Amino acid sequence: MEDVVFLLLCVSSAAAQLCAPDASNGYKVRLSILAALGDEAYLWNDSEMFLFRAALAFAMRTADGQNYDVSNVLVCDETPRVSFWFVVTSPLNPTQLVERRQVEEAVRKSRNRINSAFLLTDKTLEFLGIPPTLAAPAPPSPPPWLIVFGVVMGAAGAGIVLVLVTSVMQKRRKKKEEQTGIDEVEEESRAEENGTASDGVYNLSFSDNDRLTQM
Amino acid sequence: MKLVLPNPGLDDRIPSYDDLERMDKEEAGDRPKWDNKAQYILTCVGFCVGIGNVWRFPYLCQSHGGGAFLIPYLILLVLEGMPLLLLEFGIGQRLRKGSVGVWRSINPYLTGIGIASMLVSLLIGLYYNTLIAWIIWYLFNSFQSPLPWTQCPLNINGTGFVPECQQSSTVDYYFYRVTLNSTTSIADSGGINWPIVLCLLTAWTIVAICCIRGISTAGKAVYVTAILPYIVLGIFLIRGLTLKGAMSGLKFLFTPDVNELIKPTTWLDAGAQVFYAFGLGWGGLISFSSYNPVHNNCVQDAMILSVVTSLTSVYAAAVTYSIIGFRATEKYDTCISDNIMTFLNTFELPEDNITTSNYEEAFNSLNSSYPDIVLRLDIKTCDMQTLLSEGVEGTGLAFIVFTEAITQMPGSPAWSVLFFVMLFSLGLSTLFGNIEGVVVPLKDLNVFPKNWPHEVLTGLTCAIAFIICFLFAQNSGLYWVTLFDNFAGSVPLLTIGLFEMIAVVYIYGIDRFNEDFEFMVGYKPSIFWQISWRFTSPLIVLVILVFYLVTQVQEALTYSVWDPNFEKFPSLASVPYPSWIYVIIFLLAGVPSLAVPAYALCRFVFVCCTKKKE
Repeated sequence: MEDVVFLLLCVSSAAAQLCAPDASNGYKVRLSILAALGDEAYLWNDSEMFLFRAALAFAMRTADGQNYDVSNVLVCDETPRVSFWFVVTSPLNPTQLVERRQVEEAVRKSRNRINSAFLLTDKTLEFLGIPPTLAAPAPPSPPPWLIVFGVVMGAAGAGIVLVLVTSVMQKRRKKKEEQTGIDEVEEESRAEENGTASDGVYNLSFSDNDRLTQM
Repeated sequence: MKLVLPNPGLDDRIPSYDDLERMDKEEAGDRPKWDNKAQYILTCVGFCVGIGNVWRFPYLCQSHGGGAFLIPYLILLVLEGMPLLLLEFGIGQRLRKGSVGVWRSINPYLTGIGIASMLVSLLIGLYYNTLIAWIIWYLFNSFQSPLPWTQCPLNINGTGFVPECQQSSTVDYYFYRVTLNSTTSIADSGGINWPIVLCLLTAWTIVAICCIRGISTAGKAVYVTAILPYIVLGIFLIRGLTLKGAMSGLKFLFTPDVNELIKPTTWLDAGAQVFYAFGLGWGGLISFSSYNPVHNNCVQDAMILSVVTSLTSVYAAAVTYSIIGFRATEKYDTCISDNIMTFLNTFELPEDNITTSNYEEAFNSLNSSYPDIVLRLDIKTCDMQTLLSEGVEGTGLAFIVFTEAITQMPGSPAWSVLFFVMLFSLGLSTLFGNIEGVVVPLKDLNVFPKNWPHEVLTGLTCAIAFIICFLFAQNSGLYWVTLFDNFAGSVPLLTIGLFEMIAVVYIYGIDRFNEDFEFMVGYKPSIFWQISWRFTSPLIVLVILVFYLVTQVQEALTYSVWDPNFEKFPSLASVPYPSWIYVIIFLLAGVPSLAVPAYALCRFVFVCCTKKKE
């Protein structure tokens, strides 16, 4: 009985030594559940912690291929803030810690899945020391402003053509009216001359000029 | 009063009352006419109500004592703005010519006033259309979600954001780097910014099409460009008032501070604002009123225009400051939240321990228990007053403050499109008067052959102006625009206004002018107008001009540059102008102002020489 207790103490102290704040192969995690979910925030308890350890084991399995288990993820220094440190032990040797870089790679790869498990985002589920890979906003080609520019300039071009065509047509109409006006006046004057030759020469300046000025 | 300078031959140069009656009855002559009175009023309102009403007046109002600023503004409006306005309307309607023609009719030696008006209109039109080109750029870029100024671009590694954007803000970066690609000095040209050239092309093409036949096309366009801003301002007012924090903005704007009324700068700024707000001295108003029927009641028009312009200024100020209040509140809340998060993270407290309501007490208790830790945390002080007075005039208001506020409204692309369409309409309707003030004098001066139709003149003017605007399409274009804004539109306009009043009152003759009013409107202007025209208005304009010159000469000329290497970046660095700028400033401000005496002198010498020959 005493041996069992002694063994348990050894194991837990070994675990405690493996996971400590500022551990060289560990990362600090901070969750801001209230900030992310407001009224729908859930309470952080042991079950949630279990889910975290399972999610991390999943991430390690996906990255590494080895059979990581929940027991390989050790957690310590939990605070009311909901922040804690974790380390990952190798499944082949529980006393050996997995390298920092490997853990980082695994977390980065499955970051989205870990976030979704907790309904959080990169900003509200922070792994201090693992910057989130920023999504590069891909500018669509052709750029939208060029499309709008094309539409507006097309309309402007149509406007210019319209203005030119209407001004040319107006000029032609004016010339035609002037031409017909002068012809009619000449015909009238000729007719009048024949009719009233005795009254003298017909004076064109007193003829019906209103047709010309009525533009 | 018989104080009139001798002016022989005046009756030969101007149409007599009988000529005017005949022209009015027969509707003969090739002078264009307004379709109806509403078109004329809308064009004048569109001309006077410009972008300055949105981004200059609200800032002046707020910085010079809020609601109390309206007192000097209205007083100077009545004493300075309305008399000059009625003077321009009256003289245009009586002499039925554009600005050069009017002054040449009064006395050929005064043609310089018309030339000065034309030069000022041209210089202002150049940089004004560049502002419109920037507005068009933002408008074109508003047709996407999310808006491009919401995100910083990533740096080369992909690990973080571009440092220039990280240190300033997304909207600052978008304006100074993406849109303008600003260099650090006006001397450093930095090459041509081709997207801006395309926007300039769009701007000048639209202006050319709208003005191509003078007021027959522009008069139709104003139905849209003059009315649309009011509708959009109404929509923004309703939206703005429903946003959180709008009331703090409005309170900030209208809270009167009567002590500001004692300072002379308040009155000077009010006087200058009244002057520029009415577009006096540009020549456009003289041209527009010359197309009126002879017996149009121009006294009524002047009053209507004054009332409409001032009400619009107050209306726009209310809208602007409700949006500014919203933005300031958002920034304040973010600042407080960030501070709270910093405290929670450092002291490992549960999240609901510190909220916005108990922030102050929490801060004080933490500060008293762990002062050194709190000091190291570098907590930002969140002050509403500072946030409300940030960068709220000029291009800073439209392209930085407003764009940031719009990104925080739901449905931002729609609001962005609405906002920039409104600014575009405001600017475009002012440009109609501008183009009128450039093309008609060029026509009167016979710069172009007489048989060229009006369409060709307008098209050619716009094409040449577009090419000159390449100056503003450089990467240092922002500094050139600011230079033009400060010097081309200030001193010359004041001198032109002064010369106009002296010319009409003392050379044309105030008695003759009164008789003209009796002929046109049916009654002589009252004693108020007489005193204003003779003494008050010229005196006020002279005082403003003298004070302005004195303050300008005393200060060393500096300008603000966007310099990422500046130690206090993102604040703008204040840099002195290079020495060759003084030549440019003289060309911008001196040449139009001196055009009046210079032309008179040249003509005098010319006449003397020809007389001697004979």
